[in-house]
Amino acid sequence: MSKSIVLALSLLFTPWALAAETAAEPAAEPAAGAAVEGAAEAVNWQDLKAGNEVSNISSLQEGARNFSNYCLGCHSMKFMRWSRMCDDLRVPKAECQANLMPPNAKPADYMVSSLRAEDAVAWFGKEPPDLSLIARSRGVDYIYRLFKTFYVDPAKPTHTNNLVLDGIAMPAVLSELEGVKTAVYKNVDVVVDGKPSVQKVFDHFSTTSPGQLTEAQYDKFLRNTVNFLDYAGDPTQVDRRSIGIWVVLFLLAFTGIAWLMKKDYWKDVH
Amino acid sequence: MASNDAASQVNQGAGFMGWLNKRLPVNKFISDQLLEYYAPKNFNVWYFFGSLALLVLVMQLVSGIFLTMFYKVGDTTAFESVEFIRREVSYGWLIQSLHAIGASAFFVVVYLHMYRALMYGSYKAPRELLWLFGMFIYLALMAEAFMGYVLPWGNMSYWAATVIINIFSTIPVIGPGLVEWIRGDYGVADATLNRFFSLHVVAIPLILLLLVALHLVALRQVGSNNPDGIEIKENKGSDGKPVDGIPFHPYYTVKDIVGVGFFLTLFAVVVFFVPTFGGLFMEEANFEPANPLSTPEPIAPSWYFTPYYAILRAVPNQRIGALLLLLAVLAFFFLPWLDRSPVKSVRYRGLWFKGMLAVFTVSFLALMYLGLKPASASYVNAARVFAIGYFSFFVLMPLYTKWDRVKSVPKRVSFHE
Repeated sequence: MSKSIVLALSLLFTPWALAAETAAEPAAEPAAGAAVEGAAEAVNWQDLKAGNEVSNISSLQEGARNFSNYCLGCHSMKFMRWSRMCDDLRVPKAECQANLMPPNAKPADYMVSSLRAEDAVAWFGKEPPDLSLIARSRGVDYIYRLFKTFYVDPAKPTHTNNLVLDGIAMPAVLSELEGVKTAVYKNVDVVVDGKPSVQKVFDHFSTTSPGQLTEAQYDKFLRNTVNFLDYAGDPTQVDRRSIGIWVVLFLLAFTGIAWLMKKDYWKDVH
Repeated sequence: MASNDAASQVNQGAGFMGWLNKRLPVNKFISDQLLEYYAPKNFNVWYFFGSLALLVLVMQLVSGIFLTMFYKVGDTTAFESVEFIRREVSYGWLIQSLHAIGASAFFVVVYLHMYRALMYGSYKAPRELLWLFGMFIYLALMAEAFMGYVLPWGNMSYWAATVIINIFSTIPVIGPGLVEWIRGDYGVADATLNRFFSLHVVAIPLILLLLVALHLVALRQVGSNNPDGIEIKENKGSDGKPVDGIPFHPYYTVKDIVGVGFFLTLFAVVVFFVPTFGGLFMEEANFEPANPLSTPEPIAPSWYFTPYYAILRAVPNQRIGALLLLLAVLAFFFLPWLDRSPVKSVRYRGLWFKGMLAVFTVSFLALMYLGLKPASASYVNAARVFAIGYFSFFVLMPLYTKWDRVKSVPKRVSFHE
């Protein structure tokens, strides 16, 4: 079978497949009141897309590093083994052990955080969720938006709040990279029960102290991390699509031959 | 046309086959069921779905056997074992996908198979019993799919089970006790999961196989209907064979293989490229373990139950809603006796039936869509309108099939190649 057919088929199916798979993500909660117009940002935060590419190995490798450095302190990935992850991501064994795995972990161990559940409950009020399937249950765009909308909120115990998940228990652990942001609100005239009133709605973020990364760098950091979570949610997905092309090609050929056979058998039926 | 003489004079064969045929009617069976079984020659694409349903049944049985080797029933082990199958069992992801998506494929195929019967009047005499066996298969399939859906013990498994079992609580007097008896606990719990596993892998598959066997025997007895709704047995040639009939084998075996090819191609596209099918075949909420403290919004049953779920929610009174849900399913059973038309196929029926079939089609699909949506006021009002459309197809059938101006049915089937 020629390479061009495979390429054509993969082009035919893959974007559609990806579109259909991401289409079902739960929609972000709409902002209260009237439409929110980002003054500085061109895109509403509700419309932000992860835009990750799960077949991009170097992006996954960076995502794995980010996960190990920033997430694993609290969040486990209990369905994922270090060895399998490093094999899939083509990270050499030695490098995996030196840079990604905790010092006492063995390659066949599951990727489990060392945070004890009772400590987590004491410190944050709840156990941090396992992230093995987070990209499947919430969708990649949800996670991307979550990490684009942390802001300072002195009213909360962690001094942190989030537009996607109001009252989030998790502190803004990436603020050293992204910078510290506060939410700027604007007054919008709305009509409630026939009476005009003024409502405070989110307008845009203002950065009060910059982080180590520029916005573009931070977005890339986030995209790689979300990409890794996408991979971890369904680690066979890249293999699955490449096997699928051959299965579909075989079945098309099978159907074609079966059709010719049927025509031949039926030529005397009038 | 390759045909033997009479079915009674079956070639016994020599050697081993001769020995075998004296003790087991192998050749006789093949002759009766395939070579000398005459099917109308004018089947169209709608006639693929019977053999496809059988294919999906076998696929579900085989993939289910392999899943059972690794699945660990129990409220603390079920979710993790499914994830173990997807990640660590060789090609477990494929087997699990085939089975989970196969459940949806089963309903796609069965709904189209049933719709074929509605269009061409395949439920009418002399095929009433064939239709009833088919409807019992449909009921068993719904039970099988519902219990299978609970087994991965995801959050939607848990909540869908909770909601669906609670429908039984609306039954007067015995309702609350019955619900407890079904669950085996005060809520959906480990006991529920274990009994559903037992029923899903042993009891209901046995019932399904028995019903499928009866369905096929009844089909062989009365013969297949066809898109013209003409009884081919009433028009036999001088050789005693129906003039519009052709032997099932080789004609329909080779034709059904083409249908199998088309079906498997589409199925493979879903399995390999869009396994969740936008959340319809695998829901996002089911990738979180069962959690009695966190209700997914909205709770929707699988897409193949949503027409009935929408009817349930359309009624403010829960008890009446549950009754209408039951009637919506059972209505199909009465079709052979509700239909007073002298003709079977929609091709020779009048505007009344065509119009009502269109109303039913639109209502069923609309209810399916609405059942997947949250129960907001506008959706519930729309569901009420379509529920009326759904039931009027059945309730008014004795009237409009009588009023209908039918065309005269020709003696021979129309055949286009």
